[in-house]
Formats: sequence, C-alpha cells, structure tokens
Amino acid sequence: MITKAEVINLITKKIPSSQVFVENLKGNDHLQVTVIAPEFNGLSLVKQHQLVYSALKEELASEAIHALALKTETPN
Amino acid sequence: MDNLTKDKIQKLIESNPVMVFMKGTKLMPQCGFSNNVVQILNSLGVEFGTFDVLSDFALREGIKEYSDWPTIPQVYLKGEFLGGSDILIEMYNSGSLKEKIEIELAS
Repeated sequence: MITKAEVINLITKKIPSSQVFVENLKGNDHLQVTVIAPEFNGLSLVKQHQLVYSALKEELASEAIHALALKTETPN
Repeated sequence: MDNLTKDKIQKLIESNPVMVFMKGTKLMPQCGFSNNVVQILNSLGVEFGTFDVLSDFALREGIKEYSDWPTIPQVYLKGEFLGGSDILIEMYNSGSLKEKIEIELAS
C-alpha cells in the first residue's frame, strides 16, 4: 500500500526538477502517474519511463504499486 | 537470472519480428495492459508472436531484468525492446508506431 505523497516524494528525489501528478485508477495500487521534467530532454520514451521506474523499483517489485499507467513529458 | 531462462528469452525474442511478452494469450489476454497491446497490433494488422508469462514464473521475472523494465506486457521489434502498454499507446496515437514497424519490417 502506498500513498500518493510517497509516490511523488520517491520520484522527485530521483528527478529533482520534475512535476509529478498521481491519480488512483482503481484502489490505491492502480496508479495513473504523469511526470513532467526537463531531465527528460533528449531521452527516448523508453529511457524517460525507465528513469521513473527506477525511482519506484521496490514498490513495483513488492506490488505496493500493482499497476502503473505512466505518462512522461518535457516542459514546453 | 539463470542462463536457461536467458536463452529461452533470447530465442523467443528472435522467434518473431514482433514479439509480445504478455499475461494471457492473443485470444484471452488476462490483463488490461496486455489487452491494449494486442488490440493496437491487431488494428495495425501486424503479425506478432506472444508468450504467456503466467505460464513461466522464472521467465516472467527474468524478462524484467533482461530489458530493465519492471512491468508486463513487453513488446520487442526485431530484437529491440520497444516498450510496454503506455509507450505503445502513445506511439500508436502519434502514428510513430505504424511508421517504425513498417520501416523495421521492410528492412
């Protein structure tokens, strides 16, 4: 079980200048997460998502986060 | 990850130009995200192979290590990791998925 605040905290620790938006899709373990960060500039979509996933490695492995719909963007 | 699993993964990836590691099968996807990928590839009329990771727990975990990607489904195009459900949806909506597949399959 994980709270929105914890997800935002984990991601911003890894991606300091990111803006993170978290919604519960279904229950607390199905999350819709949107991350907007200048750190994504020049990175492929796969690399952007891998960066976010690396911040949530344990939570995904332990299934505290069961499903994660992820959207990444660079600030325009 | 043991070598047996790694070899199996590599053989599966090479078994089809477009290869999907998913939960369930083409006809019976067992998860919404896996179903997204199947529907997208079907709508593009792309031939693709699938492997049901629910049938092999070692492979289900091994594939995540192989691609450094923590979730299922995983789509491979000519041996290259393309992405999961989110990326396939985004590429499909932008039209870049159709383009990339056509280029890769033509080469």
